[in-house]
Amino acid sequence: MTEFWHRAGPVLTMILLLVALWYAAAVALNAAWAKDKAARANMSLSFSELVADTMSQEKPLLPAPHQVVKEIYNTTVLKKITSKRSLIWHGWITLSATLLGFAFGTALGILLAIGIVYSRAMDMSVMPWVITSQTIPILAVAPMIIVVLNAVGVSGLLPKAIISMYLSFFPIVVGMVKGLRAPDQMQLDQMRTWNAGGATTFWKLRLPRSMPYLFASLKIGIAASLVGAIVGELPTGAVAGLGARLLAGSYYGQTIQIWSALICAAVLAAGLVALIGLIERITLRKMGMLQ
Amino acid sequence: MKWVLLAFLFWLVMCAVNVRLANGVQTRLTRVLVPTLFGVTLLILWEGLVRGLSISPILLPPPSSIALRFATSLPILWGDFVQTFIKGAISGYIIGCGAAFLTAIAVDRSDFLKRGLLPIGNFVAALPIIGMAPILVMWFGFDWQSKAAVVVIMVFFPMLVNTVTGLGAQDVIQRDLMNTYGASYWQRLMKLSLPAAMPFIFNGLKICTTLALIGAIVAEFFGSPIRGMGFRISTEVGRLSLDMVWAEITVAALAGTAFYGTVALIEKAVTFWHPSQRN
Repeated sequence: MTEFWHRAGPVLTMILLLVALWYAAAVALNAAWAKDKAARANMSLSFSELVADTMSQEKPLLPAPHQVVKEIYNTTVLKKITSKRSLIWHGWITLSATLLGFAFGTALGILLAIGIVYSRAMDMSVMPWVITSQTIPILAVAPMIIVVLNAVGVSGLLPKAIISMYLSFFPIVVGMVKGLRAPDQMQLDQMRTWNAGGATTFWKLRLPRSMPYLFASLKIGIAASLVGAIVGELPTGAVAGLGARLLAGSYYGQTIQIWSALICAAVLAAGLVALIGLIERITLRKMGMLQ
Repeated sequence: MKWVLLAFLFWLVMCAVNVRLANGVQTRLTRVLVPTLFGVTLLILWEGLVRGLSISPILLPPPSSIALRFATSLPILWGDFVQTFIKGAISGYIIGCGAAFLTAIAVDRSDFLKRGLLPIGNFVAALPIIGMAPILVMWFGFDWQSKAAVVVIMVFFPMLVNTVTGLGAQDVIQRDLMNTYGASYWQRLMKLSLPAAMPFIFNGLKICTTLALIGAIVAEFFGSPIRGMGFRISTEVGRLSLDMVWAEITVAALAGTAFYGTVALIEKAVTFWHPSQRN
């Protein structure tokens, strides 16, 4: 138990502090509007009235945490999942694009990494471009991909998934190249003394050895993939998905809606990363790489 | 059809040349030549396919027309570059990384803060922070200030986590040596902790270069004055003049690579002692 508090205590303190800060900021930022409203009605506000008003505005500059929680509760538990106002429905649309893109990106990344590790020519020609491409703001291409694919007749899930794939495949290539090259000379020599061919060396040595690297990249990749799906939803004109909720919220000044979509995206990201962490622990334990 | 055949022929020839070069003797020249040939081949393949299959320029303009567009609209591109990169990305990058650096030094003094903030920092670094963009645009207005604010928030946590990790990266033996010298906190910070943290700090700075540019561009999708790279991309996509979009993407790519390269060069000068910098 003390071990638990030693680790969780500081984190919980920090979270409480952040929530307190959030409330303070909400009061400070929304006070101007509350005072303005009161002045127009020829009333003066006492401090407690002012605080109460800043916490219950309909379009506050910064909604208080409990307003956001209430909105999330209203749009997840109280709405039917099939309703267009349900956050779960929007979240599912974003999640499906994220997962599809992530699957594409992982497959492409691993294949490319295998090619790079086994072919000198590919290593020398492709690798510098993979590294350079990481310095390019790929997200800027997102609107174009959506619109162009739309013009060809491809719409819905696939264009978003392609952006997700683009974002998630770079970390996986870099991680897997590192991982597949991780076996040292001695282990490779050992495989050679056993007269193992290229395929055997790959399946029995290189691939198992690369697993820790793969999972580290998968965690970065899935977070990037979610960002890709959200940004991919922006240019289609706010139809569906968490990104659409963000954009619609910013058009109509619905700050509470923006924040609830944002928190939903954060929970989704944290959940996905945690899920991969869990799979990582189970896999590595089964492989005997984790005590 | 002629164009397609020519393009594929060129591709095959270049493929053979590259395999030849890669498997031959390695010199400095081949290490630059091979990736360059690969890039040029991709461009020629793109050009040949677009022309040969007569793909509409609304879908995919050939590189030649992008280059033409780039050359003829330099003033617009420069204006967008200044608005997004110099005003939005760079100012946000400096403020965000500077704030994260100072916070990290403060956090490093307290074990409690470190244990409390690091997990949160790691968590936030994985979040889709770019979603904060509409809120910040609402708070700071349409001009570059809101873009800089998005960049500040995006770069803060990766930079914080990297710097805090770096400040704890000395060996026990080095810390003992500073103790035997009777070094004060500031002496230890300046002579040991900071230099030892430099590889980590530069790692964070390099990650943040890309994040800064992405943040500044995507924030413009949520509202901006009538210039800026993100603004230009979203409006020109709407007008289906994709050559302009590609020209803008070229600018973004060049700016991103140059930014990253500059930071990498500074890193090379500062952390010349680190094993990864020695050949």
